Amino acid sequence: MMTIEAEFDASPERVWQLWADPRQLERWWGPPNFPATVTQHTLAPGGRVEYQMLGPQGDRHRGYWEILEADAPHRLVFRDAVASGDGTPTTDMPLATTRVTIEAVDVGRTRMSIESRFPSVAAMEWVLATGTDDGRTRAVGQIDAILAEDALARHRD
Amino acid sequence: MVVSVQLAPPDVDRLFGALADHTRRDIVRRAITAEEGIVELASHYSMSFAAVQKHIAILERAGLVTKARVGRRKVVRTNRERLRVVRHLLDEYEALWRGRIDRMADLIADTQEHDR
Repeated sequence: MMTIEAEFDASPERVWQLWADPRQLERWWGPPNFPATVTQHTLAPGGRVEYQMLGPQGDRHRGYWEILEADAPHRLVFRDAVASGDGTPTTDMPLATTRVTIEAVDVGRTRMSIESRFPSVAAMEWVLATGTDDGRTRAVGQIDAILAEDALARHRD
Repeated sequence: MVVSVQLAPPDVDRLFGALADHTRRDIVRRAITAEEGIVELASHYSMSFAAVQKHIAILERAGLVTKARVGRRKVVRTNRERLRVVRHLLDEYEALWRGRIDRMADLIADTQEHDR
């Protein structure tokens, strides 16, 4: 499971709208060269959000969320899955259970946390293959600390 | 906008599963220097020798450590490439969300401008 936190200069209601308004969701869910089109959007337990992404080579990816919990403007929990080929759910690969928490930390300042639980490395690799431009950023974590120690040890030799 | 990523031990799948246990992460950390055999490694933990062997077996199956011969000794050695695979995946996941969060912030800024 991984947690990502971000803070915005906005109210929780405004941050919630990024998720709740399909026209806004389209504009941030996919990377710039892989824009999303949201074709269904029901943010309620048992509901679905369905989207398509069209890549530069015309490759098409369809995905959907199964909404588990939706509590505006503070909590959204969904299973993030991708439908294969023509979009039929029969050969889905379930990807992750994602929990979004939105809370005010100050007047006009909101923290959004995203926790994702992956069922497998394969699932994670798929998410990354369809979701990422080639940006690489600094990761903070125990693995990094291990590798940093390693680099330091080698330097001493 | 502040973005931070905390990594917590994910479950399932051998690589992440192997790293999900803090004793095993500690073994991986120690084994980077490839100086200690199993008996020496086990001396660091207050659990049975069999329990430590079990942990090392899990790490071996995940490809995170190997047993290597150094002179006449057998030592446990961390496979740094496997660790890099894990970190690479996690880096990429962070980059994915960083991009999304940047676009979210842009959208918020756009609508704020319209309101003025």
